[in-house]
Amino acid sequence: MTSVSQRPSGSVGLLVPPPLSMARESAPRRLWHASPLTYFALVVAVLFSIYPLYYMFIIATRSLDTINDVPPPSTPGSAFGDNFQRVLEADAANFWQGMINSVIVASAVTVSVVLFGTLAGFAFAKLRFRGRNALLLATLITMMVPTQLGLIPLWDMMNTIGWYGNILAVIVPFMVSAFGVFMMRQYAAQAVSDELIEAARVDGCSTLRIYWNVVLPALRPAAAVLGLLTFMEQWNSFLWPYAILTPENPTVQVSLAFLSYAYYIDYSLVFAATAVATLPLVLVFIVFGRQIIGGIMEGAVKA
Amino acid sequence: MSLSATTAPPPAASPEQAPRKPRLAHRLARFDLKASPYLYIAPFFIIFGIFGLYPIIRTVWMSLHNWNLIAPDRRSFIGLQNYVDLLSDDYFWNAVRNTVGIFLLATIPQILLALFLANTLNRGLRWRTFFRMAILVPNVTSVAAVGIVFGTLFQRDFGVINWVLSLISVDAIDWRNTTWGSWTAISVMVDWRWTGYNALIFLAAMQAIPRDLYESAAIDGASRWRQLWSITLPMIRPTLIFVVIISTIGGLQLFTEPLIFSGDSLGGNLRQFQTVAMYMFEKGIETTTTAGYGAAVAGMLFLMIIVASVLNFLLIRKSVR
Repeated sequence: MTSVSQRPSGSVGLLVPPPLSMARESAPRRLWHASPLTYFALVVAVLFSIYPLYYMFIIATRSLDTINDVPPPSTPGSAFGDNFQRVLEADAANFWQGMINSVIVASAVTVSVVLFGTLAGFAFAKLRFRGRNALLLATLITMMVPTQLGLIPLWDMMNTIGWYGNILAVIVPFMVSAFGVFMMRQYAAQAVSDELIEAARVDGCSTLRIYWNVVLPALRPAAAVLGLLTFMEQWNSFLWPYAILTPENPTVQVSLAFLSYAYYIDYSLVFAATAVATLPLVLVFIVFGRQIIGGIMEGAVKA
Repeated sequence: MSLSATTAPPPAASPEQAPRKPRLAHRLARFDLKASPYLYIAPFFIIFGIFGLYPIIRTVWMSLHNWNLIAPDRRSFIGLQNYVDLLSDDYFWNAVRNTVGIFLLATIPQILLALFLANTLNRGLRWRTFFRMAILVPNVTSVAAVGIVFGTLFQRDFGVINWVLSLISVDAIDWRNTTWGSWTAISVMVDWRWTGYNALIFLAAMQAIPRDLYESAAIDGASRWRQLWSITLPMIRPTLIFVVIISTIGGLQLFTEPLIFSGDSLGGNLRQFQTVAMYMFEKGIETTTTAGYGAAVAGMLFLMIIVASVLNFLLIRKSVR
């Protein structure tokens, strides 16, 4: 934990790649030279990373009879429409309802995590109050708590208040995130100027107004990354939705699991559903990958 | 920090407002200053308290009961009986063995591979962003999708992996129905999803190491290996500890990959890959009459996580200086 406070947090480079190029120019080039072997290793790693996804799209676009081919199929077919039609007609898991639910759940949680994360992050970084450091430490410690182990009482609680099978049960518990609070706190500490807050106070702004007009605009880049990471995490979330939701009203991942149980012979159907469930995030990742990587790597250095 | 400067002048100090409503404005401003911070951090603590912390504590309470999830009248306090039963429960110990086995089989290669990848990426590379994005794509894929796709890749009769093995004359392996086969398949799923992510975390730490350390080491004639061992690893030790502990906490709670691979929470026909989290799910959620017993499984898992995290911490702190 000590490394947190000791690390200089001078650079505001959450979204900017670290200024490596300069360092590299001045260093002896040999030391950091990338040999053909380096590229070979990376290309192999890339192939391993991409192939399962490629295979998923291949099978999703092929009719069922090609799955047994030797060697395995390696080019796309034209049966995707057919396969996906069968997904929509499958009554073992309401796939389309699952997609809609996942959009609702992931969006609601994202807005909430960003809102409460920026509020608390602002308070921890820029406001002075009794118990601030202790409460920040408490927030950090909660990140280590394996909350999955509270699964059974949480199920009991939700069942008691009548939320079994209701998507509120997978939204409300995740409306805040310790990671979000901490990330926003770290960013606010360096990105929000004290002078600006001071000036706003002198002008008679309330704290809430300062948050809205001064802090939130300054936090926007980091808040966007937090939002992306939260959305992806929620879209992919499995264990808790699987426990508390039903095949009638699932999230998309729960729907996938039930489809894979019910149609374990119909690979084309299951893969078509899997591809459709995966595609939105892959697209988000292709568009915002640079920012997401920046967020992950920056978060790592801070932690 | 210049916090005092921020908070010192309350609005009452501004000359226009002070004469008009000195009392009310002053009080409001004071309240705003005093209460706002707590109001802003309150949502986090309240929601986490109710849905994160409280269920964990209640797990311990439930584990001391004979607990029926859907019939509140069928609940009774039985002390430590659930734990006593657990200690002689073969299925539980089987799940512990599977969890630890898969955890080791997955985590050790994963950390080594991630370190290697990070070290490889830490060069003057072309297409740097492309490489980073490509190795992170698996992490964007959902665990359920990973389970489904790899379940097919590891299929015995027409799976791609057995086909590749057949090219080098290895007989078809029954990945699902053998212990080592299933452990390997699940480890591959875990590693596929997490190696790239961890590599980027390591890379971030490596880039924070001052480059002149390597320059002087190179001048002193230290080999690449020597530099890795004597400069890189010690310098990224906090990150290494962080990654190993996070992997431990996650790895011991392994659930989704084996669940999808199996198609139920039993983990194969002989429970050869049922993990502790799956056993908790089987006893605590799927069987509504044994929720107390399931809670006891959760309690033991919690204990395992704490012990493993502390052990890891001590081990790494000792071995990498």
